[in-house]
Amino acid sequence: MQLVAAVHKDLLLQWRGRAQAIAIFVFGATSLLLFSFAIGPNAEALRQHAAGFIWLALLLSSTLTLAESFQSEMEEHALEGLLLLPADARALYYGKALANWAQLTLLGVALVPLTVVLYDAPLPRAGGLLGIIMLGAAGLSGPGTLYAAMTSQTRAQQTLLPLLLFPLVVPVLLASVKATSLLILGDPMGQLRSWTILLVCFDAIHWSVCGLLFDRVVED
Amino acid sequence: MVTGRNGSGKSTLLRILATAIRPHRGTARVEGLDLRGQTRDVRRRVALLSHHHYLYDSLTALENLQIAARFLNRDPSRKALLPLLAEVGLADRADDAPVGFSAGMRKRLALARVLLPPASVVLLDEPYGQLDPPGFRLVDRLVARWREQGATVLMATHLLERGGDLCDGAIVLDEGRLTWEGPAREVAAQSGLAAPVLVEGGA
Repeated sequence: MQLVAAVHKDLLLQWRGRAQAIAIFVFGATSLLLFSFAIGPNAEALRQHAAGFIWLALLLSSTLTLAESFQSEMEEHALEGLLLLPADARALYYGKALANWAQLTLLGVALVPLTVVLYDAPLPRAGGLLGIIMLGAAGLSGPGTLYAAMTSQTRAQQTLLPLLLFPLVVPVLLASVKATSLLILGDPMGQLRSWTILLVCFDAIHWSVCGLLFDRVVED
Repeated sequence: MVTGRNGSGKSTLLRILATAIRPHRGTARVEGLDLRGQTRDVRRRVALLSHHHYLYDSLTALENLQIAARFLNRDPSRKALLPLLAEVGLADRADDAPVGFSAGMRKRLALARVLLPPASVVLLDEPYGQLDPPGFRLVDRLVARWREQGATVLMATHLLERGGDLCDGAIVLDEGRLTWEGPAREVAAQSGLAAPVLVEGGA
């Protein structure tokens, strides 16, 4: 019941802050555009790097999304107010992580058409790509929500959050890039399944461990 | 009533009792429950009006109450929560976001939020701060009602006369230490906090 309340709260907060979400999408789209400039007009090279750049754009945008998700909690110490009700810290974590996951998935999906246009990347299996985006977004939002909570009361949050998060999500990024690349360029060796299982495992570990640690982060 | 000069530890004491912060040492109990070991049970019994109003500025006044109500398993409907907003004089601003409220209105909304949980211990940190005279009377009325319902009310305030009329006992803190304890009506006269200021004239 508390999880439903937490998800409802965070989705409502995200809906009210949708102008910020649009700004984050523009940031991600601009990143994709700049990356394509760096490659140049070589269509083959662009296609080969498409998977890497869409995930880099999503990773960079995710730090903004995650930091933003705790700003409203800290302005009037609303998170503390919920904990004192008492709200279950684990429900608060999973509520926010799920809302962040939904927003990052939407952002990833919104960046796909741009990638197709800018990088001349074919999209033979849209359903498979959606699945990989969902799994990759979960890999970013799980630990990202925990680290955003940890850094939310520091002055240097915008610097600290990526410093803490990026090393932790390297396996998620690698698996997501590899799986997306196999979807775009083809999978003659049948490797997609292995990378997808790896992503699922990382997600399961991150979501379990971070859910257990969140209580310590917000209470101490 | 808890009183004392600025920085004497009044808010810290209330925040410790509400389990918002953990004490570095010592023990404290609320209704016999240990603050460290039985935190969640303490929270079920305590409501805190803090300096922080625990509000979401991007949501409306009603939505702020609805969020708290959902976590408390209370009816979050408009019909159920509008009376609370009416109680604090904000019924006509239910659909406005607190970001556009004055400081006094934000305090009123925070008071409505304190009314939500079924608390047996109510901790009020500077409840009169930022309020207008009708707001003062609102706080008096709410404190009287909590007392009628059998709740313990502990308020931190600098308004010695008002607190003296409303409360039974008082303590005075200075740098985190208890320096005076006695009947609330006597705090202004005997604690030394309300000592008259002598102004030497030049005539």
